[in-house]
Amino acid sequence: MITPRTSYDLWRKIKNALMAVFSVLCVVVAIAPLVMIFSYTLVQGIGALNLDFFINMPKPVGEAGGGMANALVGTGILLAIGACIGLPIGILAGVYLAEYGNNRFAAVVRFMADVLSGVPSIVVGVVAYILVVLPMNHFSAFAGGVALAILMIPTVTRTTEEMIRLVPHSYREAGLALGLPWWKTTVRIILPAALKGITTGILLAIARAAGETAPLLFTALGNRFWSTAIDQPIASLTVFIFDYAKAPFEDWNRQAWAAGFVLIALIFVLSLIFRYVTRSRYVER
Amino acid sequence: MSNDKTLSISMPTAMDQSPHAPAAEPVSRGLTHQNIKMTAANLNAYFGKTHALKNVSLDVPSNRVLAIIGPSGCGKSTFLRCLNRMHEVAGGTLTGSVTLDGEDVLKYDPVVLRRRVGMVFQKANPFPTMSIFDNVAAGLRLNGVRDKHRLQETVERCLRQAALWDEVKDSLNKSGISISGGQQQRLCIARTLAVDPEVVLMDEPASALDPISTAKIEELIYSLKSNYTIAIVTHNMQQAARVSDRTAFFYLGELIEVDETKKMFTTPEKKQTEDYITGRFG
Repeated sequence: MITPRTSYDLWRKIKNALMAVFSVLCVVVAIAPLVMIFSYTLVQGIGALNLDFFINMPKPVGEAGGGMANALVGTGILLAIGACIGLPIGILAGVYLAEYGNNRFAAVVRFMADVLSGVPSIVVGVVAYILVVLPMNHFSAFAGGVALAILMIPTVTRTTEEMIRLVPHSYREAGLALGLPWWKTTVRIILPAALKGITTGILLAIARAAGETAPLLFTALGNRFWSTAIDQPIASLTVFIFDYAKAPFEDWNRQAWAAGFVLIALIFVLSLIFRYVTRSRYVER
Repeated sequence: MSNDKTLSISMPTAMDQSPHAPAAEPVSRGLTHQNIKMTAANLNAYFGKTHALKNVSLDVPSNRVLAIIGPSGCGKSTFLRCLNRMHEVAGGTLTGSVTLDGEDVLKYDPVVLRRRVGMVFQKANPFPTMSIFDNVAAGLRLNGVRDKHRLQETVERCLRQAALWDEVKDSLNKSGISISGGQQQRLCIARTLAVDPEVVLMDEPASALDPISTAKIEELIYSLKSNYTIAIVTHNMQQAARVSDRTAFFYLGELIEVDETKKMFTTPEKKQTEDYITGRFG
């Protein structure tokens, strides 16, 4: 006799099955939007997705064809500026919170970071406008980068902190017991051990920044011409999508879809690259 | 064995043992000043409001193995950590004094102190992002040694000392956590030896290992004592009896008794020691 066949027993099994079915259903619902977005953008944008799109400049209004080479490069430059400013600040702030964060000041910082991650991005754009655009007297790639950096910082800070806290204390002890100073233990032992998780946080932050439109509208502004100067207005995929999607030209609408697809693909590829670069050296053995 | 000879020379004569000696006295009984490496005097350790060590005075004899036994929570590990100030990492404080070669350890930079007084932990903790080679070289390399030849030499010497060289010499580039638990623990010992400490503290180094790995670690401890001073915390009384020269028994944060291992396990002076060793409590 393995299990007594009572009605209670049966009810328990039914509950178990119901729970499993319900969980699976929720998983499907959760990933359905991603699949739909991906496929719908692809279907809509595929017509405009050709080599021209990647290597050509936008055509003058009313002319069909053309591409978004400047916006591709522009988004890249904006993300690079944002990452150069935002990642070091975010990572080091996260290290601070994890390593020295058992005081009131750190608790305040932690709370502020959480609030900052919930601040509407358009407000962040206004802040960057006041901080950078007004003093410089014109829109610029740099201002856009600053806005994106502000958006990246809270995500990177909090994930870095969490990931460092996940590294077993025994590694720190091992480092200290070898006569390594505290900071060296952090930089050479703890950070590498937490690298994978931190990378995920960085990716999330970059992906979020890459998709932002609102803070770029009055910082980087947008540019229909080729420009890589960081003190000049610069084009970006998201602002192009915004402009082209609301335009009355069917060709532009299609290009907006294509740009949307490219943006998603870009983040996808970026994740793969990051994962490859930060993979454990030992996994394959 | 050549070890026996040196042992018998340094073996205290145990002439001055009086059954009614006051509590602080037996600490250095049979030890002369020449062969004491570290001394704790009236040591009290606190973690927040917890009084983990109560007025402990105990000597760590040089080039010998001191075993510290006692039930869980009796302060063994805390005592060990006070010796190289690792208690501070866990937020502990101490009063009283700990000296290394007669110098107060609290006056040392903890970084310098820990290079002289290394530590092996209960759970093997090789650095997961480093290869076997890099794990052993970590202490030197992260302290600025770049000389490849010297690193290679040290790694080989330490792995040999830790009786691991033959098992890993062909896979030095493999991850430090790809080897078995027992090998990992010997790797940690090699890593500790690489910074050339004078004292090696071991906190239950074999408690998570199978009997064969344990036997290897014990042999290793035995062979290391000619070059190093060793203090080992263990739950396993047979282990203490096998590897140590002196044994200290802790109970509830207090040092109950310390003596030559042979004496401790045959004719201990305190009733509590005898009860513990014979398994009547703890």
